[in-house]
Amino acid sequence: MSDTHEHSVAFVRTQAVPAAPPPFQATGPVKWVRENLFANIPNAILTLLSFYAIYVVLSATLPWMLNGIWNTQSLAECREILQGATGACFSVLVERWNQLLFGFTYPAEIYWRPTLAFVLLFLAAAPVLFFDLPRKLLVFTALYPFIAYYLIWGGTVWTPVFALLGVVGGFLVYVRFVRNSFAAGFFGGIAAAFVIWWIAGFIVPMLAWENPVLAAVPSRDMGGFMLNMMLGVVCVSLSLPIGIALALGRQSSMPLIKIICVVFIEFVRGVPLITLLFVASVVLAYFFPPDATIDLILRVIIMITMFSSAYIAEVIRGGLAALPKGQYEAADSLGLDYPQAMRLIILPQALKISIPGIVNVAVGLFKDTTLVSVISMFDLVGMIRGPILASTEWNGVYWELFMFAALLFFIVCYGISQYSQWLERRLATDHR
Amino acid sequence: MTTISDPQQESFRLSMLLNDTRYRSLTFQAIALLVLIVSFAYLGNNLISNLRAAGLNISFEFLGSPAGYDINQTLIDYNSQSTNARAAMVGIINTLLVAFLACVTATVLGVLAGVLRLSNNWLVRKLMSFYVEIFRNIPVLIWIIIIFTIMTAVLPGPRDFRGDDATASMVLGSFAFTNRGIYVPAPIWGAGSGIVVAIFVASIAGVFAYRRYATKLLYDTGRLLPMFWPSVAILLLPTIVAFYLLGRPIGLDYPELKGFNFAGGIKIGGPLIALWFALSIYTGAFIAENVRAGIQSVSKGQTEAASALGLRPGRVMNLVVLPQALRVIIPPLISQYLNITKNSSLAIAVGYADITATLGGITLNQTGRAIECVLLLMLFYLTISLSISAIMNVYNNSMKLKER
Repeated sequence: MSDTHEHSVAFVRTQAVPAAPPPFQATGPVKWVRENLFANIPNAILTLLSFYAIYVVLSATLPWMLNGIWNTQSLAECREILQGATGACFSVLVERWNQLLFGFTYPAEIYWRPTLAFVLLFLAAAPVLFFDLPRKLLVFTALYPFIAYYLIWGGTVWTPVFALLGVVGGFLVYVRFVRNSFAAGFFGGIAAAFVIWWIAGFIVPMLAWENPVLAAVPSRDMGGFMLNMMLGVVCVSLSLPIGIALALGRQSSMPLIKIICVVFIEFVRGVPLITLLFVASVVLAYFFPPDATIDLILRVIIMITMFSSAYIAEVIRGGLAALPKGQYEAADSLGLDYPQAMRLIILPQALKISIPGIVNVAVGLFKDTTLVSVISMFDLVGMIRGPILASTEWNGVYWELFMFAALLFFIVCYGISQYSQWLERRLATDHR
Repeated sequence: MTTISDPQQESFRLSMLLNDTRYRSLTFQAIALLVLIVSFAYLGNNLISNLRAAGLNISFEFLGSPAGYDINQTLIDYNSQSTNARAAMVGIINTLLVAFLACVTATVLGVLAGVLRLSNNWLVRKLMSFYVEIFRNIPVLIWIIIIFTIMTAVLPGPRDFRGDDATASMVLGSFAFTNRGIYVPAPIWGAGSGIVVAIFVASIAGVFAYRRYATKLLYDTGRLLPMFWPSVAILLLPTIVAFYLLGRPIGLDYPELKGFNFAGGIKIGGPLIALWFALSIYTGAFIAENVRAGIQSVSKGQTEAASALGLRPGRVMNLVVLPQALRVIIPPLISQYLNITKNSSLAIAVGYADITATLGGITLNQTGRAIECVLLLMLFYLTISLSISAIMNVYNNSMKLKER
């Protein structure tokens, strides 16, 4: 090309011009700031407003936190040291650390027991949460409830042992009969477990020693964040199977079972948790035999489990409804009966769809365990509002305590929701 | 070819109750019914014997007896000599009041935060997701208590407003933020104020009529009338003119410091503020997520198609994106409203006299009628929930995509 025009045109460039660097405003951080913070005038105003909001919040909290005092014995001492300057009095967290975590009546020398149970919880939860771990770890998960019960409540070792025996016996009966029919295995297993527990009710008091290895701790001594964790973990794990059963019952073709499940679910979902807690604290005792002493924590667990299982049932029902009808028909055409179809085809898929919803319910439930402070149980919030703020040393330390409580809940709930997002990505086996 | 004939009808045997799928469901239902009856009988029996042992009975007579306690925030007449039923009524109205206020503010907050989370602005996006995560992951009870603490421990007392060296002053001369509550000016309805209000209501109807007319004109003739300014004019002008013509019948009663406390104006108690704000910002975070999910559920092709038709961005939003997004947003929004109503029962933690605090709290403790009080309490919440879900179902059915 250039040769042909050499004589007809005054100047022909023979080499390509080296690429000029992009203008300063169109690269690197400047470009990013222009596009993301100051794209147009309303955007720029929003950015400036946001900076102002950040400035206001930080200028109020940062000096307060950085000036924080960690090692005094009372609020008065904090104020003396601060001499009127702004500053937090974090010493309350140090001084009342154990009370915040364990409540104020749990015996101090055995704090290691709930702590150990807490650490073991991660070990037990790991194989459930992460499928890549060896399946044999599930044995420990199955044993964990009994170990945790023994560690936290103490007392005679035979209570958890016989409870475990009942479960094992029921499981053996189930395995033996499930080949004939699922119903026979299932109900036979439950019956066997109850028989063993009933017998154990007579044997355990005879076997109990005067001085058990781990001293018994009455339920009313539990408190602090430990109580929130206990209620959350126990109620969520109990309400999962109940929720599945209720969801299946609501889909059932048997009218009576369906009505029972619908009434239960709609009733529980229609009332606030606090009224159920009132039931637990003042009404439920009327419905037990006069000589039965069922402690408050157990009654609360019953009511919260009812509450969350209704919500979980609705989530799982959504999952069941979302499955294409072809899956049900395919299971039928393979000749599977109802329990087989549910276990092998329907539930694995339905539960997978419901995971985000179940996690939402679990997080909500864990947050709702703070409501027990209203019926004068001393969970984390109850401890703060009751014994700690009422004490003469710490009367008036609001922010430090409530921010600590908020932080603890935030860590747990945010962690769980991040896990659920990871799990959703992990389980996404469809091609979208 | 062989034809398959029906198997011979077997005569009924007992074992078929377990093995034959036709009869098995009957067996299961019979067992379920039996278990249900036995457990109800057991619980009822326990209840009766426990009540007899305690010398109690089930009766609702306590509702007619004087309550004997005062309620500081009431919308209807109430004093300590009123009946327990009246106290419960005050509680119901207070519950509905705080639920309504919180629903409105939570919606505004949530829609704002949800839209801003999708903003092009990186900083705003991050701030909004920070807001959502912080408020969703911390129990609402803690938020209620924190805001209540701000109300009682941080705001100045009425005495700080006194004298020349007052440490606190009223905002704009008419709003007083004190640790006993917030005082705002109250309207004084003078003679003729009814006419002004009636004109205002009529002009709201006028705005709707104008918009309908404009839309009809657009569809019939293609002429586009201006929408915004005429609407504002119709809404405000007649009312303002009437207000001045009638000699300003509606005045404002400003709160004033008298003695040890403020007098005049409307007092919004600290507990109400705490509950209202906490429920709003907490639920607002959830609504923000719903709104975001709803807007994102409208596929990008819809927006692009609308732009390709030449619609302006505002119209793309109004005519194409929002109608489709609302279908996704509204059902969870309503269940958030339901959650607000149920969470308002946390009023008892800060001493706001809602139904849980009056009927389920003080009345229960004073009369000892635990079963009756809790029963009525549950009945109230159940009525609200079930009626809202009934409305929901009607809405869902009407909004369902009409498919073949």
